[in-house]
Amino acid sequence: MTVSRREFLSIGAAATAGAAIAPGISLIDLAQAKSPEEAVTAAQRWGLLIDTNKCNKGCTACVDACHTENGIDHEQLKGSEATKPHWIRKVEVKDPNTGFEHSLPVMCQHCQEPPCVDVCPTGASFKRDDGIVLVDRHICIGCRYCMMACPYKARSFEHEDITDQKEHAPRGKGTVESCTLCVHKVDRGDGTTACAEACEEEGHRAILFGDLNDPKSEIARTVRAKATRRIREDLNLDNSVRYIGI
Amino acid sequence: MLRKSQKFASVLALLAALGLATSSIASGHGDEKHNNSRVPVPKHHTAKGEKCVEPTDVMRSNHMEFILHQRDKTVHQGIRTKQHSLKNCVACHADPDTKSVLKNADGSEGFCAECHSYTAVKIDCFGCHTDKANSNKQTMRPIDDIGRKVIANTGGAK
Repeated sequence: MTVSRREFLSIGAAATAGAAIAPGISLIDLAQAKSPEEAVTAAQRWGLLIDTNKCNKGCTACVDACHTENGIDHEQLKGSEATKPHWIRKVEVKDPNTGFEHSLPVMCQHCQEPPCVDVCPTGASFKRDDGIVLVDRHICIGCRYCMMACPYKARSFEHEDITDQKEHAPRGKGTVESCTLCVHKVDRGDGTTACAEACEEEGHRAILFGDLNDPKSEIARTVRAKATRRIREDLNLDNSVRYIGI
Repeated sequence: MLRKSQKFASVLALLAALGLATSSIASGHGDEKHNNSRVPVPKHHTAKGEKCVEPTDVMRSNHMEFILHQRDKTVHQGIRTKQHSLKNCVACHADPDTKSVLKNADGSEGFCAECHSYTAVKIDCFGCHTDKANSNKQTMRPIDDIGRKVIANTGGAK
């Protein structure tokens, strides 16, 4: 008999729950992982909080981790640099008055009022109930209206044939793609994204992933306690990606 | 001018000839003559598992409906059940050596490819999805000697 990862984890979770200190008191609140047959609901709203004070200039750990996780291989592509896909970009900004420089990762901001969804002629660009904005590449016709509508330059068009994709991240020529907020990891109950994991491994801890709707989550507690901002707040897109220090 | 009985006989003969032709086409599947034709008859080798998620005849005619239905539920609702998932198809039907459903180790066409060539239906799946099973994860293996040594040295999994 083989035990899948999920089954193994649920056995572990049940064992941990049993080992509570006293009835009603447990050491850690267990993350309520969704079972595979359950549909996502608006009870969750996944998002990222990026602390630009902790983000190092020149560090590309998040970008590299994103490429590894989703099978993006720039070496494999023959086209010009301008046409290569970018799910996260490191953006360097400088205040001309003070000379203060900092860098920040910019990916799909997972807007709750997404302009890419508004303009999509086929319904391929859509927002999941838990707030993740995705492209259904089965029905994407590659018109690239969403790329024009996105104020964050978050989407890329796949110009070339792709081989050796990751099992969990199908990608192919003629469709538009962008950050999926590591939706395969979210659905598996990993509770993190590849970029957040890599940033933590580097010791920067600049990217925090979590459920903005869960008042007990670290991300919700932090956005409640600290001043955070969203890029182009004037557009009122209600982004799920927030920044500290911009 | 033909007589009525002659007319009837010729119609009968025509019908009989037609019937013969159709029956020879119908029985052509697996027929010696058919096997020697330019298009090889699919052999359907499956390396893993005893039976499919649905009866074979249901899968043959409806597999595309199952994966189409599953794909919408997975992409839009995050429902990731295994039964009708493409990943699950590939996991069982991939060639054990090439790990692909499109190419076998002996150079012949894989499980999906050979039948789709035979019926001349283009597969769209593998333009985006990988045709390989377990391409990016370690499969679970039975404990080997090294594993036993580690368990003995560390006193088991903690």
